[in-house]
Amino acid sequence: MPSLSYTSRRELEEHSFSPAVTILVPIAAIVLQVLLSRLYWRFSMLDLPLIVAIFFAVSRRSPMVGTLTGAAIGLLQDALTGRPIGVNGMAKSVIGYIAASIGIQVDVDSLTTRVLMNFVFSLLNSLILFLIGRRLLGQTLHLQWIQELVRALANSIVAIPVFLLLDTTKRPE
Amino acid sequence: MESFFSRFKNVLVLVVVLLVQTIGLAIQVRRPAEIGAPDGKKVTLLRAAVMGALAPIEKLVHGVGYNFRSTWANYIDLRNTRQQNHDLKDEVARLRLEQAQLAEDALQGHRLQTLLNFQRNYVTSTVAAQVIGTSGTDQSRVLYIDKGSADGLKPDQAVMTPDGIVGKIRDAFPHTAQVLLLNDSSSGAGVLLASTRIRAILRGGQGGHVVITNLTPDSRIKPGEKVLTSGGDQVYPRGLNVGTIESIAPDPDHQPYTIIQVKPSTNLFQLEEVLVITGTQGDLPPIAQKDLAQGAAAAKEMAAAKAAADEAAAEAAAQSAAQIIAEKLPSVHEDEQTQAQPGADPTKAPITSPPVPRPTPTLHPDRYTPGATPPASALKPGAEHSVTTYPPGASPASPPRPSQPADQAPAAPTQKPQPKGESPNTDN
Repeated sequence: MPSLSYTSRRELEEHSFSPAVTILVPIAAIVLQVLLSRLYWRFSMLDLPLIVAIFFAVSRRSPMVGTLTGAAIGLLQDALTGRPIGVNGMAKSVIGYIAASIGIQVDVDSLTTRVLMNFVFSLLNSLILFLIGRRLLGQTLHLQWIQELVRALANSIVAIPVFLLLDTTKRPE
Repeated sequence: MESFFSRFKNVLVLVVVLLVQTIGLAIQVRRPAEIGAPDGKKVTLLRAAVMGALAPIEKLVHGVGYNFRSTWANYIDLRNTRQQNHDLKDEVARLRLEQAQLAEDALQGHRLQTLLNFQRNYVTSTVAAQVIGTSGTDQSRVLYIDKGSADGLKPDQAVMTPDGIVGKIRDAFPHTAQVLLLNDSSSGAGVLLASTRIRAILRGGQGGHVVITNLTPDSRIKPGEKVLTSGGDQVYPRGLNVGTIESIAPDPDHQPYTIIQVKPSTNLFQLEEVLVITGTQGDLPPIAQKDLAQGAAAAKEMAAAKAAADEAAAEAAAQSAAQIIAEKLPSVHEDEQTQAQPGADPTKAPITSPPVPRPTPTLHPDRYTPGATPPASALKPGAEHSVTTYPPGASPASPPRPSQPADQAPAAPTQKPQPKGESPNTDN
């Protein structure tokens, strides 16, 4: 009986998605984010594209794909803002890479892990955006920790149903 | 070598992706010379492509929502149309009065500006647009509207609502445009504090606030003061409403400057429709001139009516004062009554005046008592001082005697001559 090695476990739990899902889900997340923000400005605190980027990264378990997916989602998001293109792209590239790396080693299907992961990645995203704005763009920014904690908490809560919904788009093995 | 790339391919991909984006970021940040300026061509193309893909979806969703809301709102409005119509008529009447009051001042101000060769831009044409989307993040305060370069929109055109300014066009695509809101961190506007006339620069702060950070502490600047556009930025026409000062606090990062937080007069978080200012001119537009002329004519009519009313009130007040005086002076009053009404109807009851108070009768008359002094015509210069004639003891009811001529005067009792310097009453 062959024992499950580290590599084989990774290979067994790698998920794939159809090209339509790969393209449409991030676009849908961005459109939904825009529409929600327009509906009520407090919803702009959420980051649905970030949640989607984390989901694809941990599901595919490939840091390279996670990096590219994060970069693509971030760049799309940047195109809609008035900021220079690349700010969100860089942040989500890093998060995609780390999320995929964690996905190899940790069981990311449990609810607790998902909540914790989204909370931490949301905080990390805010920190990277702050550093890019302050160091690369020379903006006068202050990190508002309470606001960022609330944002991370909101993203974690919203991520639970989003992850459950996106689980249904996984290709059957 | 091959094993190195295959072993570190993930990290290498991450590094390359980050490096490319950093270089792209550096190019973009270097390119715009000023804050809030439009992007370079390639960036604009990328944004236009993304907007071209997303705008139809946003327009569709907005259209469905808008139609639903407008249908519901129309139904609700119809239920209250009569009351609203009444209220609006009242408001129109009030506004006409206000317009008439302000028109003369406005005309005078305009004349003075012309005399001083003062350059001012008046809004002549606007394009109404509906908000179809946002950036979706609170780190960039931009809006997307459903009008673009095909409708005459260009970058750096001011965007406003009837309440005040909103922002400016940052990028104009064929059928959509990106509006940079006032509260974005890259936004800026030249403003003027309404009462102190201090010029300042308005910027977007963190958390969607609008702040002025280039002023040092000044005791004249107080919360509640209105903030207007100064026109100095060549984007917003002068005199448009921006907001009111909400708070003033020292800036911890840039001493000795202050952070003056301004509350925008427009709710920047809940915008549905906006106006894009597409044209300005140095002179008043014809419609505004006509309005002003009407207002000035109405103001003149009001002034004439007010003057007539004041005159009538003054006459009435004068008559009333004369009547009061006449009533307080009985003799004059009686004479006036008889003169004024020579042929007055005797059947009518005469106006009874209050009884005239009479002096109380003298108990011990002396030479100062009324009626005791002989008339001046009876006196002879150089004649000896005669003894004062005392009037007979008068009863309280008897009135004082009027002075009589010398021939009719009662014979004065002879008085014993007295040496000079002696008092007549010093016989004790």
